[in-house]
Amino acid sequence: MQITSIDDLQRAKGAGLAQLYPDKPKILVGMATCGLAAGAQRVYDLLQKKVQQAPWDGVVEKTGCIGFCYKEPLVDIIIPGKPRITYQEMTPEVAESLWEELAAGRIPEARVMARLDVDDMILNGGPRRLFKGKLTGFLAKAPRYEDLDFFKLQRHIAMRNCGFIDPDNLLHYVARGGYFALYTALTAMTPEEVIEAVTTAGLRGRGGGGFPTGVKWASCRKAQGRPKYVLCNADEGDPGAYMDRSLIEGDPHSILEGLLIGAYAIGSSEGYIYVRAEYPLAVKTLQRAILAAREAGLLGQNILGTGFSFDLKLNLGGGAFVCGESTALMASIEGKPGEPRAKYVHTADKGLWNRPSNLNNVETWANVPVIIAKGADWYRDIGTEGSKGTKIFSLVGQVKNVGLVEVPMGVTIKDLVMRVGGGVPENREFKAIQIGGPSGGCIPKQHWDLPIDFDSLREAGAIMGSGGLIVMDNSTCMVDVAKFFLDFLIDESCGKCIPCRLGLKRMRELLEEFSTGKGSLADLDELESLSEAVKDGSLCALGGSAPNPVLTTLRYFRDEYEAHILDHKCPAAVCKELITYTINQELCNGCTACAQECPQGAITGSKKKPHTLNTSQCIKCGACFEVCKFEAVTVA
Amino acid sequence: MITFNINGKKVQGQEGWTILEVARWHGIDIPTLCHHEALEPYGACRLCVVEVDEGKRSRVVISCMYPIRSGIKVQTDAPRVANVRRWIVQLLLDESPGAPQIQELAKTFGVTPSRFKKTEVDFACHLCGLCVRTCQEVVGAQALTFGNRGLRKEIATPYHQRSTDCIRCGTCLYVCPTGAMEQLFPQVSAP
Repeated sequence: MQITSIDDLQRAKGAGLAQLYPDKPKILVGMATCGLAAGAQRVYDLLQKKVQQAPWDGVVEKTGCIGFCYKEPLVDIIIPGKPRITYQEMTPEVAESLWEELAAGRIPEARVMARLDVDDMILNGGPRRLFKGKLTGFLAKAPRYEDLDFFKLQRHIAMRNCGFIDPDNLLHYVARGGYFALYTALTAMTPEEVIEAVTTAGLRGRGGGGFPTGVKWASCRKAQGRPKYVLCNADEGDPGAYMDRSLIEGDPHSILEGLLIGAYAIGSSEGYIYVRAEYPLAVKTLQRAILAAREAGLLGQNILGTGFSFDLKLNLGGGAFVCGESTALMASIEGKPGEPRAKYVHTADKGLWNRPSNLNNVETWANVPVIIAKGADWYRDIGTEGSKGTKIFSLVGQVKNVGLVEVPMGVTIKDLVMRVGGGVPENREFKAIQIGGPSGGCIPKQHWDLPIDFDSLREAGAIMGSGGLIVMDNSTCMVDVAKFFLDFLIDESCGKCIPCRLGLKRMRELLEEFSTGKGSLADLDELESLSEAVKDGSLCALGGSAPNPVLTTLRYFRDEYEAHILDHKCPAAVCKELITYTINQELCNGCTACAQECPQGAITGSKKKPHTLNTSQCIKCGACFEVCKFEAVTVA
Repeated sequence: MITFNINGKKVQGQEGWTILEVARWHGIDIPTLCHHEALEPYGACRLCVVEVDEGKRSRVVISCMYPIRSGIKVQTDAPRVANVRRWIVQLLLDESPGAPQIQELAKTFGVTPSRFKKTEVDFACHLCGLCVRTCQEVVGAQALTFGNRGLRKEIATPYHQRSTDCIRCGTCLYVCPTGAMEQLFPQVSAP
């Protein structure tokens, strides 16, 4: 379908709405990477087979991830005049009975997670109520989305379409208000007004830096030189973070539309999306979206009949974390080794091929159409004084509800961990969060009332980063955490500058000494001064922020470092050199489970008699500790 | 002419000059390792760091690349700068305790080998890239390149094949500050 005018756009919207909410039942399967990893493909294939085999007037479609990754695979049923119902932890077997119920005209009742009464549709004239009248039976009792703790504090703006549309269906995107913001920008606003709106909205870069997006655009618009480039950074690489992947897999056109609006504002007709090759589904989804937009005329010459032209290329990353750094990313697109360079001349003036370039992250771009469509004031109302809008976090680690959450800026760490995340697993205690990826920092429980926004986090020594949020409980050793992130960064350092290449290695060597009970308090000061040297002396942000995990753990958990060095103890019982396993003779009932599990044969004893552990043979693997049901194996 | 300030002294330089160029013009010493007048600045060794007060904020930058701006205040030996330099020299010295040029730097900065120092290192390449860059920018041959990354980063010939582009001019040998090139050189050119 060609979309070359506002009339076309309206027609596409109508056609899309008829597909989103058809007059027959529809089954939706969450098929982003998180769903697929949990087995969604088998569920989808089975449902497709069923629909093709039997005469049934309904459709089965795929959609992206709505964020409940811990409940995947998710299946939704949309029946005209009924709330949308989400079913959790689907298997092919359950899906089969689900389909049979549905085909028999009943609404399945097993594995209901929640019901959705109102589809927000924030960009399409407001909420759409999915049914009239009163609900009865199990539907009335099913929890609403907004009743779920995981969902209550959330507000989906960047994720507005994820889990609602088929990402490969352009009409679905248009049906929910997509590309109308582009039309508004192109026909009713000057480029300067677009920049003004983004500036007034207070949008700040979601890739980690938090630089005001409008200011960045304005300096690129002002820059001399042509052509100008707009770039999208989709080289997401922080361990445990997958916000951008999910956005791309769930709603690729929101990023395309953001780029188009940005290109118009800056005065660019060419753009690149740099996406990591390790995201095969995201790459395919983007390829299909670009093709669809091009076929429809939304990329190319004379877009929507306005005379504005823009096209996009997709560039696959070669597997280097550092290519998420702006200048390394640009070098990589140019075909050079992915190494950063000094940014004393800004990329807004001399970026890709030494031309003015504007790089923003996936999530930033996805926010842009909303600002244009709803207005800067609407957007400004969300968030805190200095950080507007929402932020997506991948909530992972020692927390019950693992998934993708989009919350207004300013939500406290406590609310995010305890309410949205449901707290840490039983019998454990919340200890800290690690936020901002390897360049971020650890923030301890005593600061859990800290609002999560760009400035508060920076003050606390961490950074917002791209949105990885790892929850840690008391089974985590902070020296070990610092080691983990340093190992990652040592692997990923490009090696160009000495502070990062050799400095990180030395920091790691010092940490290794601490975790084996060596070193002295003076070495802690050495580690701190080396951290400062690496921070000040490194070429790019990778090295410049690499000491953060060390510096924040030193700041908040210095006693834990001291316990390693002075007492030769690891309080969390993680560092192998410093712990000993023993069997409590009073608690052991001689079940022999530990003796059978021990790979060293270090545990001896006769049945129904207390066992003993020979520490000289013990390799501290912890197998006995894990297997003992009577808490007789202790570690200290 | 752009007027600014180095270590409290008023200095001038031309538009497009770097802090390092102006400092050297005025006889102010800033140590360097990967810098060479004949080559584009590269910014790898970080020895030439200085602290720059830009008015709004003060930050540590490398003088070999930072273009001078009117009114900035440069400190070539501020505490943060000294800390970066001390650590770079320490790390280099521990990597190759035997390299004469590094020993000289260590003497200047009063740094002695630490317990982490490597023993029996006879190949003291610090990846300053002078050889690669001189081959590319001055000779125009591109017989050398960087390979790998991080701690495994190396100077190599493209694809680790002996290079038919090498004209055996020996410029890389000449610019190499540590003598490491002498060991690599016999494996560079194709027979």
